[in-house]
Amino acid sequence: MNGWGAYEVSVRFGARQALDGVSITALPGQVTAVVGADGAGKTTLLRCIAGALAPGAGTVRRPPARRIGYLPPGPGVYEDLSVAENLRFRSASYDIPAPAAQRHIGEYLERTGLAAAQDRLAGQLSGGMLRKLGVVAALLPEPELLVLDEPTTGVDPVSRADLWWLIARAAAGGAAVLMSTSYTDEAARAARVLVLDSGRTLAEGTPAEIVAAIPGTIAVRPERPAAQDERRRSWRRAGAWRVWLPSAGPGHPGTVTPDLQDAVCVAALRRELADADA
Amino acid sequence: MRAMIVKEFRQLRRDRRTLAMMIVMPVLLLVILGYAASFDVSSVPTVVAGPGGAAVAKALPATFHLAGTYQAETAGAQTPEAWARDQLRDGHAAVAIVTGTAPGPLVLIDGTQLFDAQKTLQELSALSGGKPVTTASVTTSASVQILYNPELKTSYIMIPGLAGVILVFVGTVITSLGVVRERQAGTLEQLAVMPLRPADVFLGKIIPYFVVALGDLAIVVAVGVAVFGVPFAGSAAVFALGALLFVFVTLGLGVLISSVSQTQGQAIQLAVMTLLPQVLLSGLIFPLSSIVIGVRWIAYLLPLTYFTEISRGVMLRAQPITSLWPPFVYLALLGAIVATLATLRFRAFLAPGTSR
Repeated sequence: MNGWGAYEVSVRFGARQALDGVSITALPGQVTAVVGADGAGKTTLLRCIAGALAPGAGTVRRPPARRIGYLPPGPGVYEDLSVAENLRFRSASYDIPAPAAQRHIGEYLERTGLAAAQDRLAGQLSGGMLRKLGVVAALLPEPELLVLDEPTTGVDPVSRADLWWLIARAAAGGAAVLMSTSYTDEAARAARVLVLDSGRTLAEGTPAEIVAAIPGTIAVRPERPAAQDERRRSWRRAGAWRVWLPSAGPGHPGTVTPDLQDAVCVAALRRELADADA
Repeated sequence: MRAMIVKEFRQLRRDRRTLAMMIVMPVLLLVILGYAASFDVSSVPTVVAGPGGAAVAKALPATFHLAGTYQAETAGAQTPEAWARDQLRDGHAAVAIVTGTAPGPLVLIDGTQLFDAQKTLQELSALSGGKPVTTASVTTSASVQILYNPELKTSYIMIPGLAGVILVFVGTVITSLGVVRERQAGTLEQLAVMPLRPADVFLGKIIPYFVVALGDLAIVVAVGVAVFGVPFAGSAAVFALGALLFVFVTLGLGVLISSVSQTQGQAIQLAVMTLLPQVLLSGLIFPLSSIVIGVRWIAYLLPLTYFTEISRGVMLRAQPITSLWPPFVYLALLGAIVATLATLRFRAFLAPGTSR
């Protein structure tokens, strides 16, 4: 099997099944995204793959620790060390030769606008800057597998662009990037997407495959549909209501071209309805 | 206000450790310390040496229990008095009675066993008809000599042990925050993924504090000697070796506490819980021999017990390592246990399910 990832991984925390037989592959040179609501199991899955957590069942394929870059859900850096000190600690822990480390550090800091903040304590950085520092630190070992837990959540648009530059660059450099996000527009930029819900796989594939897999069509309605059947299959989006019509053709009034977000909503609805009927 | 009270009780119920500390600890401490808290000396270990020693031993009041007799065959060229002095120096006895000396028998008292010494003086005073006994005074025709701490100063015996208490305080409490801080800051997660071995993390966490703590100890001892006039009679190298082992155990204990705690508050609670018994049971305040046997064994699990023994022995009596080796061995053993447990704990969250 090519690439890194998890195969049929399950994790249980006490009575709660956090992951239930989830598989994912992160290919070198590509960005693979994990999307899902809070508590869907994204963090647990990434922790398993990065090696911070041992799965209860299933197997994980990962490079040696020296070739893994990981951004945990928290800052992952020491708030009482400066930006430069944090990066020095990280590169020393990975035995990266100082000149190589310095070169990378300088370039990354310059590009992400952290250069001016080099001597500031990490704890004094804004949320976006802290995330950028975490990603830069994860990139230092030139990882074969880069695991990023919600690198862009709560980050301003400019910093998000910086972060995406770092992520795209890592992938272009040959790293297998595995990131989680709660934004479907971000996931749509990934080569492959895994949609998680309550620890189970809802959908998996390229964004286009996931969208194409929606049966029927999606229509926009100004009001919430009154009919019980349609009501169950509707959700709010951008000030209006969308309804999933599993058996309608493309000629149905109000039909829109679905995007990844619609596909994720439909996948969640299908699971919910199936569970309710079962 | 009612809402606040309910909320507080709810939180307290969740925080099992605090609850246990509030309910179980006071009872436990009272029982343990109640048995330990005793300055009363009921039996003073005594050796006799010289001609007619056996008769003297028989005639001794019940307080003095015979811990050894000079044997000419095994003593070699050593005189009875030299042998008796060695017995005191090596901590085998608190009192030595040497007969066959002029003008009368010689009673040697170890001044570092403060309570034993005081008890002995009381007994001697009773024997001599109520006159207070002081150094070199002649009673019942015996001459009395208090060794190592002739004025029976409390500071002499407290300061060597206090140096240890200060280290326990600084060492255990401060290092107990080490891992918890990483856990709370989320950096532990990062360490788990990084190519570091559990032993690297454990030693890496300890060594900086180790250096600081040893410097700290040197300062405390220097101040004790300079300000309180406590003698430093023995070998600095022996003392340093003891300090090294003791600091290692103390810091390792802190890291171990840290690795089993979820929050900084819990870590400090646990560290303080190890502190109180160390201070009260280590022989620093209450003499070990006065502690009931059922409680005394706890003292032998505490590193401070051994450090107090080493520091008093070396600083005050110039005790050589040849007779002081048991506490060194116990400290090394405790150190090995603590380091193993901490490394195992580290492995559990630093290398989950792998053996890298």
